[in-house]
Amino acid sequence: MTGTDILALAACGLVAIGLYGLVAQAEVLRKIIAFNLLGAGVFLLFGVVARRGAGAGLAADPVPQAMVITGLVVAFAATALALVLTLRLYQITGAATVAEDPPEPTAPDS
Amino acid sequence: MTATTPEGWLLVLALTLPAGAMLLAFVAGGRHAQRIALGALALWLVIAFAIALQVQRGGAPLAYLIGGWQPPLGMALRADGLSAAMLLTGAVVLLAVALFGRAPYATPRGAQETRAAYAYWCFLPALAASLAAAFLGGDLFNLFVALEMLTFTALALACLDGKPSQFKSELRYLLFALIGSVLYLLGAGLLYGAHGTLDIALLAGRTRADAPTLVAGALMTAGLIAKMALFPLHLWLPPAHAGAPAAASALLSGLVVKGAFVLLLRLWFWVLPAPVVLNGGTLLAALGAAAILIGSVVALRQERLKLLVAYSTVAQMGYLFLMFPLLAAGDAETASRAWLGGVLQAVSHALAKAAMFLGAGLIAASLGHDRVAALGGAARVMPITVIAFAMGGLSLMGLPPSGGFGAKWLLLRASVETGQWWWSLVILSGGLLTGGYVYRIVAAALAPPAPGCEARPVPRAQELCVLALALASILLGLVPLKDLGLVRVGAP
Repeated sequence: MTGTDILALAACGLVAIGLYGLVAQAEVLRKIIAFNLLGAGVFLLFGVVARRGAGAGLAADPVPQAMVITGLVVAFAATALALVLTLRLYQITGAATVAEDPPEPTAPDS
Repeated sequence: MTATTPEGWLLVLALTLPAGAMLLAFVAGGRHAQRIALGALALWLVIAFAIALQVQRGGAPLAYLIGGWQPPLGMALRADGLSAAMLLTGAVVLLAVALFGRAPYATPRGAQETRAAYAYWCFLPALAASLAAAFLGGDLFNLFVALEMLTFTALALACLDGKPSQFKSELRYLLFALIGSVLYLLGAGLLYGAHGTLDIALLAGRTRADAPTLVAGALMTAGLIAKMALFPLHLWLPPAHAGAPAAASALLSGLVVKGAFVLLLRLWFWVLPAPVVLNGGTLLAALGAAAILIGSVVALRQERLKLLVAYSTVAQMGYLFLMFPLLAAGDAETASRAWLGGVLQAVSHALAKAAMFLGAGLIAASLGHDRVAALGGAARVMPITVIAFAMGGLSLMGLPPSGGFGAKWLLLRASVETGQWWWSLVILSGGLLTGGYVYRIVAAALAPPAPGCEARPVPRAQELCVLALALASILLGLVPLKDLGLVRVGAP
């Protein structure tokens, strides 16, 4: 087993943990952390693809690393947005969970 | 091999104009933001029209290589018939919604700037830019970025009012969208590892039905249908779309979900190999059929107008998935009919649903509530809105003459011609159920007002925006089918 294989297995593990956390946890903060774990797994996988250079037929391929940088920026923005929403939710309701169904809004939304 | 076509600069303009306008509006702020956004969206409509005209006339897709770099290293923008048609639809709906928003999101006299108005006029061009990126992108990774931009702008618009009741449903929407895009990115990584490119045109020639392609296809499809709210991943959509302000719901239901739809079409009919499409398409269509039936029945039972319209989106999105097995199984002519039917459904639903959500917002603003049972008197105060709402409903039902009729008729014919008659039963019963819930609303609105009901009149200009969208969805049905050849340019 080479180092790349170990990284690939680690990526799979991170994706699995992240996906489980996103689906199973009700606390929004935990969901956001799980999303970041999942994202880390996906980015690690891009790293593995870059090291192998498999599809491009190169010894090592720099393109996936360029994609990871963009992906990191997007994931960072998504995390920031989710955190701001969570903070507002906590300020309003006193809890940051999406567990139970919210009561139907009684005021009309126009 | 892609080469930049002579009119390729139009594609760059379609992307950079709204993005530039967003930045400019962000800096200028206040009343200037509104002027900049309206001007940019009007220009954007002209550009979208020019692109559609060029594609229709030339009969070939437009392309632009960014920086002159060839894929796989470079990235291409491409506009085929599908992109051009969706871009034009997006431009029409966005401009109508922007004009609709002039009253509720005007900066009040005396104030320098208000938060909601500032955000509204900055995020409208941002949504236009993300739609352009999603429709014109020729590279799966670029499309991922476009998908994320769409999610972020849509979320910002949905939270515009800052009402406490919204946050939970919008946060749920964000989490669903994030799972969707991460799964999509994971699939894109696998595809890159297996084939060494993410350019759609290059991938089309390289993919085989091997393990990495299948796993990647499954992951990306799962991610995209989570974003499109296909049954059984639809639970986030109704509260998120119904809880948003009217202008935002119209954009979310009409346009944002269509971005993921275009990506799904690109993935299935360009990237994935034919045998996979043939087998997997039936599964997608079965889920779509379930969405049509369950979404319509749940819509029939809704007490509140906006939730009803949102459930109707779940049902109408189901129709889009019926084209997958029909396209894969039929001969060239049937396939082209199914393709046109599916794209026409996406376009007519965007127009009709935007009209219905804006109309529902006006009704709620006038009556002060949106309970379906107590809509009496609405037709007296705002006849134009109720008529426009009913016209949108006609298009959803698929009654002639309307865009929805053309779409459902083409899908119906394709389903009979390919021997997959069971889909036609779904289409027909979906139409009946749609008729049921549209009738419920229109009948309630035509009823005499309940005693003590005070309906405020609504601005005529807003009513006319709703009417224009509804008329567009009806008029689409009067265009002869041969003139819709635009959609067939570059079709799979």
